[in-house]
Amino acid sequence: MAVELELAPVVERRDVAAVAPHKGRDQSSGAWSWLWPKLVAIAIVVGAWQVVVWSGWRPDYVLPSPIAVFRRLSEDLAHADFYVGVAITLRRALVGYVIAAAAGSAIGLVVARVAVLRRAIGSAILGLQSMPSIAWFPLAILLFQQSETAIIFVVILGAAPAIAAGLLSGVDHVQPLLIRVGRVMGARGLVLYWHVILPAALPAFVGGLKQGWAFAWRSLMAGEIIVIVSHSPSIGQQIQFARDLADAEQLLAIMIVIFVIGVVIDSLFGTLDRAIRLRWGLLGAEA
Amino acid sequence: MKGNVLELSEKHALSVEALTIAFPHGDRLLVALHGVTLDVKRGELVCVVGASGSGKSTLLNVLAGLERPSNGRAHVHGRVALMFQEAALLPWLTAAGNVELALELRGVRNPARSRMAAELLHRVHLDGFEKRRPHELSGGMKQRVALARALAQDADVLLMDEPFAALDAITRDLLHEELERLWTQTGLTILFVTHNAREAVRLGDRVLVFTSRPGRVAHEVVVELPRPRSLDSPELAVIAGRITDRLKQEMRDGG
Repeated sequence: MAVELELAPVVERRDVAAVAPHKGRDQSSGAWSWLWPKLVAIAIVVGAWQVVVWSGWRPDYVLPSPIAVFRRLSEDLAHADFYVGVAITLRRALVGYVIAAAAGSAIGLVVARVAVLRRAIGSAILGLQSMPSIAWFPLAILLFQQSETAIIFVVILGAAPAIAAGLLSGVDHVQPLLIRVGRVMGARGLVLYWHVILPAALPAFVGGLKQGWAFAWRSLMAGEIIVIVSHSPSIGQQIQFARDLADAEQLLAIMIVIFVIGVVIDSLFGTLDRAIRLRWGLLGAEA
Repeated sequence: MKGNVLELSEKHALSVEALTIAFPHGDRLLVALHGVTLDVKRGELVCVVGASGSGKSTLLNVLAGLERPSNGRAHVHGRVALMFQEAALLPWLTAAGNVELALELRGVRNPARSRMAAELLHRVHLDGFEKRRPHELSGGMKQRVALARALAQDADVLLMDEPFAALDAITRDLLHEELERLWTQTGLTILFVTHNAREAVRLGDRVLVFTSRPGRVAHEVVVELPRPRSLDSPELAVIAGRITDRLKQEMRDGG
């Protein structure tokens, strides 16, 4: 409301301005209303877990209690090995994802631009998206042996199609009116792409990047469990060792780590997406 | 450039000759415009009024180079800008950014570009709103930005496709005044399409009445009322009433 009052004299002179409503919120209450549903959800899950443990459904060396797992997790967190493992995994994720993003964007762009290519491989890109990345591993191991390259290869194949598909769908769904406006202003070909079509495709592209990240992370975990690279105690490898040693506490502790990393990075994409929608004025329903 | 440029009288900013446009529609041809002939003199403000389906928008698209004629000729002498019913601003750019893009595509470099954008927004009375994004502006303000953007193209001819149809009456009234003022200052040639006979008489030196299916010029009215005109004046209402009657009659005859 404060913003509207400040504008009043100017507004009176001309049209009535539609003032953006999402400003001047109480920051702390915003953070709390963001946080508490999540805390309640975690409490319910942990509670349910504890109830199952109490029921004696499985012995506690197979299904340990939440307290035992969290104690183990805090021990892990105090160890340097743990961070070495996280670093190895995150480096693979980063390398694979960056290559996938570059390749996916380039392919998406070329396919969107060239009609023949579009007809040739447009549907193949969408098809690749639904291909389970684990199906690539036998081939990847044949090609690259049990190596990090094999893992990154599959991460790229997992993420790139989703990123290309996001860009393609963004380009396809640009409002025709905006393209006409660009053409009337004299933009043609690549200039039109650069100034109108690509910026208009940005929200869908970010959606594709987010999807690509989810696929990359899944492929990476599958790869680290299947492909054993010596002297690299990655997170996936640690989870596999925990299973081999029937160390259920460690197994669940690492699963929590995998989940948390996935959620944190996913929320970074969520923040980016919200920033774009805020800029475009597409947040009306939530604000 | 072919001989038709030479034939074109120096006084004409745009000329349309026996223009026919047909679209394939299912297995038939849909004729949007049939044998349309019209001339607009340099600096003239001509309104085209017609019911929906009279091919008015198609005519503007052809003049803007967005569609090709099936038959006949449409020629614009100089550069064209086009405004739509929706402001069609790029939502990721600010008001100033939208205007600057038009300047950039015309080859204007910074720092001249940002200065000119500010100047253009000033001309449409949007000082202080340069940094706003389209969704933070009202419908009328968006159309002002669109107008500034059209002016930024430094066009000789401005084509307007029902640009104020979605606005409330008071805002529309204000924008009529501003458009008239800018037109007087710049000496632009304007072809203004509307379905509102009063708006056409309010703005036009001449009003061309289009019939529907296929669209063609049925009638021409030279408006000799002195400017500035008021939408509510009885003289204007009489002329607009005659045009509306004529449109209704055409629609009845056409089925």
